[in-house]
Amino acid sequence: MANEALLSLRGIDKVFPGVMALMGVDFTLRKGEIHALMGENGAGKSTLIKVLTGVYTKDNGTIELEGKEVSIRSPQDAQHLGISTVYQEITLCPNLSVAENMYIGRSDDIYQNWKKMNEGADKMLKSLDIPARATQQLGSCSIAVQQMVAIARAVDMDCKVLILDEPTSSLDDQEVQKLFKLMRELKGRGVGIIFVTHFLDQVYEVCDRITVLRDGKLVGEYEIKDLPRLQLVSKMLGKELDDLSDIHTEENASHIDEKGEPLFEAEGLSSTEGIKPFDFYIRKGEVNGFTGLLGSGRSECVRAIFGADRVVSGTVKKDGKTIKIQKPIDAMKNGIGYLPEDRKVDGIIGDLSVRENIILALQVMKGFFKPFTKAEAYAFADEYIKALSIKTASADTPIKSLSGGNQQKCILARWLLTHPDYLILDEPTRGIDVGTKVDIQKLVLKLASEGMSITFISSETDEMLRTCSRLIVMRDRRVVGELKGEDLTQNKIMSTIAGGDEAK
Amino acid sequence: MSIGKNRNVTDIFGKLFKNQIFIPLAAMFILLLFNLVADPSFFKITMGYNSAGNPVLSGYLMTILDNGSELAILAIGMTLVTAASGGQDISVGAAIAIAGSTLLRALCGTNTRPDTLRMPIFVAFIISCLVAMAFGAFNGALVSIFKIQPMVATLILYTAGRSIAAWINNNELPIISEPKFGYYGGFIPGIPIPTPFFIAAAMVVIITLVLKFTNLGLYTQAVGINESSSRLNGLNPVFIKWLTFVILGACVAVAALIKVSRLSSINYSVIAKDIEMDAILAVALGGNALGGGKFNMASSIIGAFVIQMLTTTLFKFQVPSDALPAYKAVVVILLVVFSAPVVRDKMSQIIKKMNSRKGAV
Repeated sequence: MANEALLSLRGIDKVFPGVMALMGVDFTLRKGEIHALMGENGAGKSTLIKVLTGVYTKDNGTIELEGKEVSIRSPQDAQHLGISTVYQEITLCPNLSVAENMYIGRSDDIYQNWKKMNEGADKMLKSLDIPARATQQLGSCSIAVQQMVAIARAVDMDCKVLILDEPTSSLDDQEVQKLFKLMRELKGRGVGIIFVTHFLDQVYEVCDRITVLRDGKLVGEYEIKDLPRLQLVSKMLGKELDDLSDIHTEENASHIDEKGEPLFEAEGLSSTEGIKPFDFYIRKGEVNGFTGLLGSGRSECVRAIFGADRVVSGTVKKDGKTIKIQKPIDAMKNGIGYLPEDRKVDGIIGDLSVRENIILALQVMKGFFKPFTKAEAYAFADEYIKALSIKTASADTPIKSLSGGNQQKCILARWLLTHPDYLILDEPTRGIDVGTKVDIQKLVLKLASEGMSITFISSETDEMLRTCSRLIVMRDRRVVGELKGEDLTQNKIMSTIAGGDEAK
Repeated sequence: MSIGKNRNVTDIFGKLFKNQIFIPLAAMFILLLFNLVADPSFFKITMGYNSAGNPVLSGYLMTILDNGSELAILAIGMTLVTAASGGQDISVGAAIAIAGSTLLRALCGTNTRPDTLRMPIFVAFIISCLVAMAFGAFNGALVSIFKIQPMVATLILYTAGRSIAAWINNNELPIISEPKFGYYGGFIPGIPIPTPFFIAAAMVVIITLVLKFTNLGLYTQAVGINESSSRLNGLNPVFIKWLTFVILGACVAVAALIKVSRLSSINYSVIAKDIEMDAILAVALGGNALGGGKFNMASSIIGAFVIQMLTTTLFKFQVPSDALPAYKAVVVILLVVFSAPVVRDKMSQIIKKMNSRKGAV
């Protein structure tokens, strides 16, 4: 019974102008399994999901649900068939109550029985063990709980297939665990779950099966136990992968001048975002990082350094001289670059072209009355499109039409173009594919060996261990420790974050 | 061979459809075509003499060039405000009343029927320009510093502006008899083309140069699209938004000079009435997103003249001025629907289909 195919897609084709997004893709989901859909950005995961949810119509192929062929032309069709999706961004209404969110748009009656609705919602929340009340305003719940409410809504609509598209990218570890518990609960009820994520750890923690896509084609379907991690990565990339293990920090620290003035130094720095005053320094050619749980204040620290938030106290020195950084342009003029955490909100300027996005920071530094000529701008853009192998149709393409990884490379190009002495990278690898992640990590080490100082922040600890020679550990908006040399291990970081032993 | 050529032609059309400037040009073309079919006298231009005995060209096309000028000037400022703030200034009509009233006050003092002007017209214009820019700065401050929605913020001046204008001249209506003052809104002796057109052309040249030799375009668009990320790139979004309102203020002063010059006087409650709507329409008709972000200045300016062409066409067919807005609305609906990205995408798809079918045959 458990192996019964719940949903089966056969030979799905989808053509976009000039691109074959999906080519004869097969996908099978069984009852009561959690099935990971893996692939690099642009491999066709999102397209497949959108075909399945009726956002796109397929050009060829069949979709069968419980043995019957179905046609899905709109998201409503998908919903009626019991296919529900929970997206990375919450698509509920934060200003309505939890119960209202669960029932909105589902009743055809004019009359709404509020009492019954609230009771039903509470029952559902309780049965799924979700820590929220029906009458609570959704916006007052944490992101994780909001996501769970979205799932509860799907479950309440008797969904047979639940698609989770990057649900964990804005959750911390604890919240992820809660979500996994809920997923396992649903699995026990016979719901088939399609799980899309970039986090390999999570795939191995919760999934039963993996389907890998590459370049719009099916690579294969595997039982989780038959596919070790390294093989999965190589299947996604389509090549044997020694790259990840190539990167090592051993040589990394050797070229740093341990004596002498640090390149950048901060004392008692704090901002309006509520971080405790902290001291910080970085030497020429060093890669260091802030680590800690999500919300521990690591981003706020680097934002304070760059002047992105209002600085309320502290002194800052560059090359031994005291400087003043009150707003981003001050930092930029002192040779500091900052790649922000949230690419969509703080990074890209969506409607502008790749070229304009790349030259923006340098252009602002050059001044209002000195625009680059078209030829100069194209030269800069083309140079970096080539250097970072940014995949774009042309330098005139709006940046928003690029994939996440390529957008990130454009923002990286923007800052590299300003030739900073000190570059801050806040989560440069979040939400982008493995290949680009490796590229970025390699680039960081290369830049450092050329003498650039870099602060690197990532939620993935192994990434930081690979690139940084010194880690500053944060907890509850306070610097609680600093690790280097032999202390740079996963365990040591964990224990410092947890605060079991105050490593100094 | 001929098929290949055909394809090239349709390709060019396909590209044109996607180009923003196509929208106002197409609208203009349709209006011209309509006039050509309905009554070709629309295109007649005659040389005559005005009351001062100067040679002047007249005809419907001249009327459009003449009256469209203020609109084009306002469209320049409105486009920038729209791009940076994602909203529109609805107080430009009232601000024109203020600027015009200031101009008259500077020229006449307290004497409403002066024989000689108190100062050179140029100096008076600078004063009124400063006043208009100050009011622009007020609007801009509300929008950029206090983060009030542009329409709501400018509603204040929209309501109060005409009273302020009347108050500047103690509610009197100065009349200027000096003929030179009339040149700006009429004709310069010996030149048969209306002066406002030259003024508008000069403004277009200025803004073209500014956009070419400064980063105004890049900065306003960046701020309009993503304020937070602009800030992290070292821009000051508050200042840039504020600046666009001040620039619009300068445009208002120029438009006010033309408007007041036409009458050699002012009527506080009627002058430039509802012009803000036409200016906003010009921006929209130019295919610019009213939510801010990317803009195309040439498109807006052509849009302004198309709006005027529409008004003039309707007048020509003797639509009573009371009924004018209703007729205009119908046409505007068509224009705006036609220029909506959804419709344009569909159209370029259809073109592409026709293209491929032709290729198959």
